[in-house]
Amino acid sequence: MNNSPYFLKPASVQSVMLRVLVALLPGIAAYVWFFGAGILVQIVLASVTALVAEAVMLKLRGKPLMLFLSDGSALVTAWLIALTFPSIAPWWLTVLGTLLAIVVAKHLYGGLGQNPFNPAMVAFALMIVAYPLLMSQWPRVDATDFAVQWQAIFGNRQILDAVTMATPLDALRTVLRDPEQRAMIGGLLGTKATFGNVGGKGWEWIAAGYFLGGLYLLQQRIITWHMPAAFLATLCVISGAFALHDPERFAGPGFQLFTGGAMLAAFFIVTDPVSGATTPRGKLIFAGGAAVLTWIIRTFGAYPDGIAFAVLLMNIAAPLIDMYTQPPVFGHKDKRGGPP
Amino acid sequence: MSALQRLFKFHGGVKPAYNKEASTGLPIAVAPASTLLVIPLHQSIGGMPRPLVKAGERVLKGQRIGGADGNASSAVHASTSGTVVAVEMRLMPHTSGLAALCVVIEPDGRDEWMERHPFDYRSASPTQTRDYLRDAGVVGLGGAVFPTHLKLNPGKQGKLDTLVLNGAECEPFITCDDVLMRERAETILKGAVIMRELLAAGQVLIGIEDNKPEAIAAMEIAARAVNQAAGDSAMKVVAVPTRYPAGGAKQLIRVLTGIEVPHGKRSTDYGVQCFNVGTAYAVYEAIALGQPLLSRIVTVAGNVSGARNYEVLFGTSMRDLIALCDPLPDSDRVIMGGPMMGLLMPSDDVPVVKATNCVLVGSKKLFPPPPPEMPCIRCGECAKACPSDLQPFEMYWFSRARIFGKAQEYNLFDCIECGCCAYVCPSHIPLVDYYRFAKSEIWAREIEKEAADVARERYEFRLLREEREKQEKAAKLAAKTAAGREKAAAALAEATKPAATPEEDAKKALIAAALERAKAQKEQVHPENVSNLTSEQQAEVDAIEARRAEIREMAKPHLRQDD
Repeated sequence: MNNSPYFLKPASVQSVMLRVLVALLPGIAAYVWFFGAGILVQIVLASVTALVAEAVMLKLRGKPLMLFLSDGSALVTAWLIALTFPSIAPWWLTVLGTLLAIVVAKHLYGGLGQNPFNPAMVAFALMIVAYPLLMSQWPRVDATDFAVQWQAIFGNRQILDAVTMATPLDALRTVLRDPEQRAMIGGLLGTKATFGNVGGKGWEWIAAGYFLGGLYLLQQRIITWHMPAAFLATLCVISGAFALHDPERFAGPGFQLFTGGAMLAAFFIVTDPVSGATTPRGKLIFAGGAAVLTWIIRTFGAYPDGIAFAVLLMNIAAPLIDMYTQPPVFGHKDKRGGPP
Repeated sequence: MSALQRLFKFHGGVKPAYNKEASTGLPIAVAPASTLLVIPLHQSIGGMPRPLVKAGERVLKGQRIGGADGNASSAVHASTSGTVVAVEMRLMPHTSGLAALCVVIEPDGRDEWMERHPFDYRSASPTQTRDYLRDAGVVGLGGAVFPTHLKLNPGKQGKLDTLVLNGAECEPFITCDDVLMRERAETILKGAVIMRELLAAGQVLIGIEDNKPEAIAAMEIAARAVNQAAGDSAMKVVAVPTRYPAGGAKQLIRVLTGIEVPHGKRSTDYGVQCFNVGTAYAVYEAIALGQPLLSRIVTVAGNVSGARNYEVLFGTSMRDLIALCDPLPDSDRVIMGGPMMGLLMPSDDVPVVKATNCVLVGSKKLFPPPPPEMPCIRCGECAKACPSDLQPFEMYWFSRARIFGKAQEYNLFDCIECGCCAYVCPSHIPLVDYYRFAKSEIWAREIEKEAADVARERYEFRLLREEREKQEKAAKLAAKTAAGREKAAAALAEATKPAATPEEDAKKALIAAALERAKAQKEQVHPENVSNLTSEQQAEVDAIEARRAEIREMAKPHLRQDD
């Protein structure tokens, strides 16, 4: 018989993970609306792969199968992979990425709770290094023909030209890099067909969906305000400062926040508790650092988005950040121990 | 009154289901004494009291049966009149299932008091008052059973700002303080008046969780009367937000005054002292009525259909107490205390002691076994819930990995084992068990290290002694041979009659000096604390030896052969 406490709050890892999945739904709905149902195929592919890989690894490691398979953590990883990979990526790219995430990044490091790196970000980083072209072909906004997307995913890459384009983030950087095409940001961002109102047509609505889901996570107390606030505020400040300094070369905060994976990162990726910092101050530093790195890689790097590398770099630093940001314990908040 | 008090928040805490209504419906009842009262001698923090009675002796109600062992200890008394049938090892109300020395009394049913005299603390010195309370067995009745007399000391300043009376009672199911405040508010405050005087405290803040409106109302009426009589407004009843563990002494002090007393510091250094309301009641009974602590209010709740509060004599079997409350047939365990911090009893046939605020009957339905333990995902729920502002998951990782030094660095010993972290953990990790384990390992290592230090000192002393003995022996030998040679020389001199050469004189002097030195050394190492004793000291030594022999004798049948 167990010791005190003799009763527990009805909480479980499973319920936490399921609520994270629910929180992703508004963003997924916007995704389907603007970019077609291909993303749903990717989510199914990643989910099935993740569950099979998880089951095999649990079996090999001699862990209780149903207990861990039903915790929902593999599904969260799978959905994040599907949402960060191009929705018309070939099926094997998603499957391979998911396998790497579950087998290598998660289980070889000790399974649930033990992975030092965010598994979904490991998958993204490895795939973008190995297959930069495939990871950069995104569906053209409003090209939502499911049959075409299905074909693109399962073999016929010939038809891709008609339906792909670079992400607004990628397009912007390419254009800014090319001296011949160099356009001023104001004019470029004004082309609503690609760049929408704030962060790219379609993209800004997906971001809004993630924001909504993020608010739900905050309301459910699954995440605290520290990480999203620090990530978004830092990205805002740094991009705002550079945009003020040279508005012709740097995109402003509105674009940075609502394009690419910024919102997804702020509420769903940097907030991964296992691989991130855990103290209140540590969370601010961790998410702020990730935002700075994201902006630097986005602006000066060679990849379409910088979030994966930024998060992985901060993952390495998380234990150190935690160590140096331990909050003062009861009675030690000031030297006298009196009222703080 | 309560609206004016500024309150402070403590970090964390949880709001479990309180389940207090079941046991507050009926007034306090007096539980009948068991056919045998098993009164453990060690019922408080501090030294183990020594037995003052022998089997066969008749005792009166209130008679001291265990004398405090030094100042950091507290006496125990016969809860009723009767005959001592045994002084022997009995099962303790503790999870460990260990036995300890108890006085077993067969009540004679007459409940005959010893002679009682009120204690005039106003004309006694503070030390005399504290000694009196120690011998009256008054200890903290909130559950920690710390000797009260040790806390009734205003500290360096000679006065305190605030005396806190703890009526928060934050643990689910427990209502003994609640009903005590409802029914005996006046007496509690009479005790508080005495305590305030002893501590020279400026104000008395009585903290009660706001889920006890009846208790708050009763205490407010009593406080108003006391204030009126004294012509001041020192007594304040303060309703504090209901949030476990608001009744932790440090948490309540924080809520009422904003002061955080760090781990290992005395609260009196910060001008505050905190007592349970039941303790104030006991202080009044001891001082004003001359009645030592013989009983307490105990909540019987949980898997029973007749939950209620009883006034229970110490030594009463929990089994008899539970039987009064109609336990349900699926009951499978007895917990002493509440569901958050209570101790699982090794059997229901253990005595009610001074620490027993609640006898909680459990079942698989009421307290289902925890779901399977999952790995920690560092979600930080525990850190959000910790009232000591700790990072429980970090302490868990280090405790689990047996990196105890690191666990200590993360302030393991600031943990009050309130159970909030384990309560909220979505991975159902028995976190508190890990901390208990780590703490006990660290204590064990410290004890081992101390033992090793002692052993090393002993060994070094032995080396020193051997060296010294060698020297002494050498000196003796030298003296002997020198003496022999001298004799021979003397005989020779007798024969030849030459004058002693100056060379020989020098040698003799040298030998004499060596002898002198050896003698001095011998005297120096003679242990002096057992020689030259006064007759009183000798009597004391004899008494101690006799007592030790007696206890050894009593414990003998209960020890295994190999011990």
